[in-house]
Amino acid sequence: MSAASITSSFAPLSARALLRHGLINALVCSAIAAWLAVLQHGHFGVSLVYSLSIGMACWALIDGGRWLACRRKVRLAPDDPRAAMGWPGSAAMVLILLIGVPLGYIGGSLLADALTGHRSPMPWRIGWEDDSTGWGAFAFLLILSFAVSGLTALFMYVRGTLIATRAEAERIQRLASETRLKLLESQLEPHMLFNTLANLRVLIALDAPRAQAMLDHLIAFLRATLDASRAATPGSHTLAAEFERLADYLSLIAIRMGPRLRWSIDLPEALRSQPVPPLLLQPLVENSIRHGLEPAIDGGDIQIGATAVEGLLVLSVRDTGIGLDTAPANPKGSHFGLQQVRERLASLHGAAARLRLEPVAAAQGGGTLARIELPLCPPAGPQELR
Amino acid sequence: MTAPITALIAEDEPLLAAALAAELRRLWPQLQLLPIAANGPQALERALAEQPDLCFLDIRMPGLDGLEVAQALVEDWPESGPALPLMVFVTAYDRYALQAFEAQAVDYLLKPVEPARLDACLTRLRQRLAEREPPRSGSAPDAAALAPLLQLLQQHAAAPRLEVIQAQIGSTLHLVPVDEVLYFEAADKYVRAVTAQRELLLRSALRELLPQLDPQRFWPVHRSTVVQARAIATAGRDEAGRLWLTLHGRPERLAVSRLHAGRFKGM
Repeated sequence: MSAASITSSFAPLSARALLRHGLINALVCSAIAAWLAVLQHGHFGVSLVYSLSIGMACWALIDGGRWLACRRKVRLAPDDPRAAMGWPGSAAMVLILLIGVPLGYIGGSLLADALTGHRSPMPWRIGWEDDSTGWGAFAFLLILSFAVSGLTALFMYVRGTLIATRAEAERIQRLASETRLKLLESQLEPHMLFNTLANLRVLIALDAPRAQAMLDHLIAFLRATLDASRAATPGSHTLAAEFERLADYLSLIAIRMGPRLRWSIDLPEALRSQPVPPLLLQPLVENSIRHGLEPAIDGGDIQIGATAVEGLLVLSVRDTGIGLDTAPANPKGSHFGLQQVRERLASLHGAAARLRLEPVAAAQGGGTLARIELPLCPPAGPQELR
Repeated sequence: MTAPITALIAEDEPLLAAALAAELRRLWPQLQLLPIAANGPQALERALAEQPDLCFLDIRMPGLDGLEVAQALVEDWPESGPALPLMVFVTAYDRYALQAFEAQAVDYLLKPVEPARLDACLTRLRQRLAEREPPRSGSAPDAAALAPLLQLLQQHAAAPRLEVIQAQIGSTLHLVPVDEVLYFEAADKYVRAVTAQRELLLRSALRELLPQLDPQRFWPVHRSTVVQARAIATAGRDEAGRLWLTLHGRPERLAVSRLHAGRFKGM
């Protein structure tokens, strides 16, 4: 059974769930009555009446209090899954127990007194000067009530936590697969794919070796895209591999755009083995192509580079396209790409990494510059390898 | 038929353009191909200058996209010239375009273009050319045939309504209620918003602005003009048959393109 069906069929605050608690409680109380009857050589019927009265009164007060506290909490903080799962929080639960158990104990005892005609030891009935038997019996039964109620509460707590954890894990997993799917959709953009295939179809007849080279780039691009959409071992993807994948993508686009696209990739030797999240730069390069260079009548340049500056790895994607201001509206696509890069950086490096997107002045060629800064990993020296 | 049939290919990807040209030559050797147009503005200019019988327009092109080229062609086509070219749209993947054209007279091709599909398209075009009245058929049937195009161009998802427009002048941001704007006019990369008292330049394209305007109040009358309906005083034709609007509170006249002339039929 999946976690989803558990959480959806499980309604801990429903009347049915509360009654189920009551029934379990009644069974536990009956067991205690039997145990007490054996222990005190008393009358089982009388023990049962007392045990059930006290137990059910405690249960009614505790579950009632819990129900009210959870309702209130759900209203105040609807995002907290644990309140909806029936756990009002430790402080509230302790308070409910401290009030509910003595009240339930006294109320239940008085009810049982009325039913059986006995007089149970109550504080106002026992004089201070009385011998210890009255107080001992009172304390024993009160502590017993606390113990039973406390254990039930602990059980509730553990179960609530378990269910909440499972629901949270499921939510995170669902979010991750949604993001993965969206990422995949944005990277395998049908327009790019079918245009590439159309070019490939033409090249096969015109220039078979070039068609083969293009196909190799396409295969590498598809493989990288599919791999990146799955969870990879962190740190296993190097900057050199990342730039090779970008080169695959740009080679494909270059065949399509012909002389309208000029591109260059500059990777210093020392930075080749720097780890980066797979296809981190891909959305930036895609934005440059789709929103910067493809709409430009004369096309332009795209330059991808990496430098190390004061402990930071700085990756840049710069295009001489039509720029941020005049780019035709397709904010959905480009925003998803940028947002996705930002989220990945934040989840890996927190505030230590950032992405900036800025227009380039016309004097410097115009277009757009995207810069990513992330912490530089110390180079793996030979002493570390040993 | 004496004059050869001419065709224009507009496609920004050189390999695809060359391949389509080669395929057309193979399937229709008598067809005379004009030099390939590599972007939207070039396609518009070449089509207006050479007046081909057929246009193969890529939908995604720099400058103007294929649909915009088609719209501009309809609006700027000389009244006294030959009939409008028959247009075929070529696209890699535009679901909305496919839906709109599925049932319409204008054809479309999907990339990669399959020879059999292209052949069927050419058969259709030959048929349409033969059915065509001897040249000079007038604009009415063409405008009717392009009704789906108009629909397609206005098929933008409704964006949130714009109530106030903002324009930067120097270091000051000026805010103008959209209701005060008498008309918007596309000007290069900007849009001029004209009120009774002044003009503001907005850094935006008209086609991005259009979905944010209330279509009941703001009417597109030309590919570069959107008029607020209550600002229109009169609509009348000049001696050349062109439709013009005069406005309340502004001296200038605004041209109505034939694509939008239908709106003023009853007036």
